[in-house]
Amino acid sequence: MSKLEHNMSLTAEAPAKLSTTQRLASGIGLVGLFILVLAVANVNFPNKTLFLSLSLGLIAAGTIIFANDLYLGKHEGIKNDGVWFKSLTGRGFWAWILGITLTLFYIVLYWYPQYLGLNADGENTGIISLFDPLSQFISGNPASQWFVYGTLYTLAILIFGYKFILKYRNNRYEVIRTFSVMFFQLGFAFLLPEILIRLNQPYYNPANIWPLNYDLFTDYKINEFLSAGNVGVIMLAFGLISIFVITPILTYKYGKRWYCSWVCGCGGLAETAGDPYRQLSNKSQYAWKIERWVIHSVLVFVTVMTIAVLYSFLGDSANDFWLTKDVFLWGTAGFLTLLFAVIMIFKRKELAQDAKYGAIGYLVVILSIISLNYFSGNGNIFSFGGYQLREWYGFLIGAAFSGVIGVGFYPIFGSRVWCRYGCPMAAILGMQQRLFSRFRITTNGGQCISCGNCSTYCEMGIDVRAYAQKGENIVRSSCVGCGICSAVCPRGVLKLENDDMDGRINSEEVMLGNDVDLMDLVNQKSK
Amino acid sequence: MEHIVIIGNGISGITCARHIRKNSDAKITVISAESEYFFSRTALMYVYMGHMKWNHLKPYEDWFWEKNRIELKTGFVEKIDFEEKMLHFSSEEMMNYDKLVLATGSVYNKFGWEGQDLKGVQGLVSKQDLELLEKNTKNCKKAVIIGGGLIGVELAEMLKTRNIEVTFLIREEAFWHNVLPIQDAEMISKHIKSHGVDLREKTELDKIVANENGRVKSIIINSGEEIECHLVGLCTGVRPNIDFLKNSHLETDKGILVDTFLQTNIKDVYAIGDCAQLKQPLSHRKPIEAVWYAGRMMGEALAQTLTGNKMPYKPGNWFNSAKFFDIEYQTYGNVSAKPGDDEMHFHWQHKDNTKAITIAFDANSNKFLGINTFGIRMRHSVFDQWLNENRKINHVLANLKQANFDPEFYTRYEKDIFKSFKENLKKA
Ligand SMILES: Cc1cc2nc3c(=O)[nH]c(=O)nc-3n(C[C@H](O)[C@H](O)[C@H](O)COP(=O)(O)OP(=O)(O)OC[C@H]3O[C@@H](n4cnc5c(N)ncnc54)[C@H](O)[C@@H]3O)c2cc1C
Ligand code: SF4
Ligand code: SF4
Repeated sequence: MSKLEHNMSLTAEAPAKLSTTQRLASGIGLVGLFILVLAVANVNFPNKTLFLSLSLGLIAAGTIIFANDLYLGKHEGIKNDGVWFKSLTGRGFWAWILGITLTLFYIVLYWYPQYLGLNADGENTGIISLFDPLSQFISGNPASQWFVYGTLYTLAILIFGYKFILKYRNNRYEVIRTFSVMFFQLGFAFLLPEILIRLNQPYYNPANIWPLNYDLFTDYKINEFLSAGNVGVIMLAFGLISIFVITPILTYKYGKRWYCSWVCGCGGLAETAGDPYRQLSNKSQYAWKIERWVIHSVLVFVTVMTIAVLYSFLGDSANDFWLTKDVFLWGTAGFLTLLFAVIMIFKRKELAQDAKYGAIGYLVVILSIISLNYFSGNGNIFSFGGYQLREWYGFLIGAAFSGVIGVGFYPIFGSRVWCRYGCPMAAILGMQQRLFSRFRITTNGGQCISCGNCSTYCEMGIDVRAYAQKGENIVRSSCVGCGICSAVCPRGVLKLENDDMDGRINSEEVMLGNDVDLMDLVNQKSK
Repeated sequence: MEHIVIIGNGISGITCARHIRKNSDAKITVISAESEYFFSRTALMYVYMGHMKWNHLKPYEDWFWEKNRIELKTGFVEKIDFEEKMLHFSSEEMMNYDKLVLATGSVYNKFGWEGQDLKGVQGLVSKQDLELLEKNTKNCKKAVIIGGGLIGVELAEMLKTRNIEVTFLIREEAFWHNVLPIQDAEMISKHIKSHGVDLREKTELDKIVANENGRVKSIIINSGEEIECHLVGLCTGVRPNIDFLKNSHLETDKGILVDTFLQTNIKDVYAIGDCAQLKQPLSHRKPIEAVWYAGRMMGEALAQTLTGNKMPYKPGNWFNSAKFFDIEYQTYGNVSAKPGDDEMHFHWQHKDNTKAITIAFDANSNKFLGINTFGIRMRHSVFDQWLNENRKINHVLANLKQANFDPEFYTRYEKDIFKSFKENLKKA
């Protein structure tokens, strides 16, 4: 299949074969991986600290040596040479092998952690026990499968982040942004929550915001926060402020990129480990249509689920706490309706017809579910309890979508499948970005040559060229502001900018270069 | 219904078709002998280098054409009967038109060298050229490129990604010195060499030598030296593709002659893009400009004329861009390669040899004439405005920041540039 698809470049083989250093580096990395494989196979290493350090150290060293050899000897500048010829990055045989392996890993991780050596009662074995020393060192507890996953995830962002920085080192936006995701992953997502646990505080990552963090409002989480005293209340309050204050303000100023490509861990992995696969995203209009329906449906799902979960957590009596089931339900309905009304009144012009229908449809769905919930009297939605809904969400979206499909399928569908089709946070930020944000990508007059580099390397599947060749600003809800389109453009046509809201959406009949009087043209037309 | 036929599905033909459709319901047919769908010729190199696949070169999805009622016809027009308004295809089919747009593009130059038609000798303009290149470089270790223009340097970059040794012959004393002032040209020369290309200045091709199978085995240059090679890339420019139109009433010179409304000497027949030659070009522009932008703008203008809003082709200030390996180049206005007495140049270059600007201004009035910029992106609209407003060089340098188009967090050089300008002035 891949052979046929090569089309014009039928005969091409990977132009640059691996150098000796690169082979050596791959070997070193593979030895590190092999230790992990042995651990999965239940080899009980005598000195776990030593072997764990050895394994992670070798993997890191291998990647770093490889990246150094690949990029440092060459001129600064982005080289995507042969990406489509290589089996691993051009959907060839090795891409499928890698995709299947990753997928299997996720399936075991989520649903069969016992095969990794997780023991509910008693000591861990297998790979999980190999990570015990590190976990003990950081949080004081034995490792879980999530700790193993978290460590590997962070390691991946760090070492592939390093590789990414070398590859894009001519571009300071990319370098700084990558340091940022590396920092947030290591500091906020990995270390901070574990350290909090060591300090007997609730597990909390301030960068993980609802709805991405869909557990935030579950009863066990809220109870945990409330029982942790002031610190817990601050955490809960910060969670709420993040959603309603910090997020909209930052998105207004900088677009959703402040989160999606500077802070978020999912985005971080996609940008670093997933970078070799960014060109695989589907750019067709058809994919765009699917994307909009799927991602907004997930958002509705998570909203409904959160409402249901919170509903069942709250009490009936206003004497205990002012926020009763009823107040909450009608309050939410009111808030959503108000939000909808504000958008329709002030931003109507900026929405396409189908977006309007979609929005109306979704509001109707949410409101009817809320009333169903209310009138059924038992807090059930379609006879599912809030918690059942949460379990389904966790299974379908939290695990299958974000993990198995989102990462496991990097080599087939591209790196940001989850961000693009599934992430409810991206949906919310995207709406904010589309409707009120100073962010846009501007195009440089008439300089575009329609070469298509920008579209090909956009991991979110945006057909950037379609806008650039018309000289139109790019204002799209899915754009995560990774800046790669601008980086790979050989003519310097694209620039990510934060500027006035006025003139953000432009479209000119005739592009810069032709010396026509535009007003004349417009007047003649209206005659 | 009026039938508008466009020969050539390149940027000029397609832009014209799209804009006609925006303003009219006429029947539109676009004919091409090269590819079924419109693609970006400018990006051919990226397919060879493996950055993109063929499909990525298509700016519109395949359903676009039917949806917009633009009929695509594959076929080669062999002869045009202008009296009968009839096209004759090589397949012996025929087609009527009411209005005809010729957008047939270019072919690469051959200057009658000995051996120029051997196997392994080729240019790079069409899809077929690229396919041939793929074949010709299958077992190729060494290549020679003749002619130092934009396609030449692209070809050099392409071949280098396949680990092919490249010798690059140019006639000038530095790369593209017929367009770039000497300092700019020298910087790019150095950069090309730093990529391991054997760039030879002031060197010309004498003849191409065949082996026993009729394939190229070496070339001989004007000094008499023989250079062994398996591929010869002919990159000494392009010329309008109008051979099939010779021997008709159509007035041609190097290209198809057109007036400011892009009309030929024959009623209802127009020409745009690389194949068109303006009878009266604007003072600062050339009669034939074989660039993407000119083709696009001609397409835009002609579509207006064809749909009842008669509009002359009036290109504004000149602009262009390119990339030489890792150095991006943009230009606005006019910077002469060899300035006369009334044009002065201010040149600034970063010590890393990858960033530079050259600003041309009028020696007497200090009027800003144009800028070449390397490794620093500049905003088209700002320079367009300054040129229209006849700004002075001081204004341009003092406000250079406004024109910067580099990504966020990039190091800025405006202060540096301004300082160097003031110091140079003092010295002068
Ligand atoms: C490798 C390369 C890189 C380039 N890079 C740049 C760049 O970076 N920037 C820039 O500004 N310009 C660049 N150019 C130039 C630019 O591509 C051309 O100026 C532009 O494509 C011309 O467009 P056109 O529509 O006039 O003709 P073309 O795109 O050449 O299209 C003409 C079409 O007409 C068809 N045709 C011709 N005769 C007949 C016939 N008798 N019957 C049927 N069909 C026929 C041809 O097969 C062809 O498909 C580059 C050119 C090349 C070759
Ligand atoms: S449009 Fe550009 S900045 Fe936005 S996601 Fe795509 S590549 Fe990144
Ligand atoms: S990469 Fe640049 S020149 Fe190429 S299509 Fe995109 S904006 Fe245009």
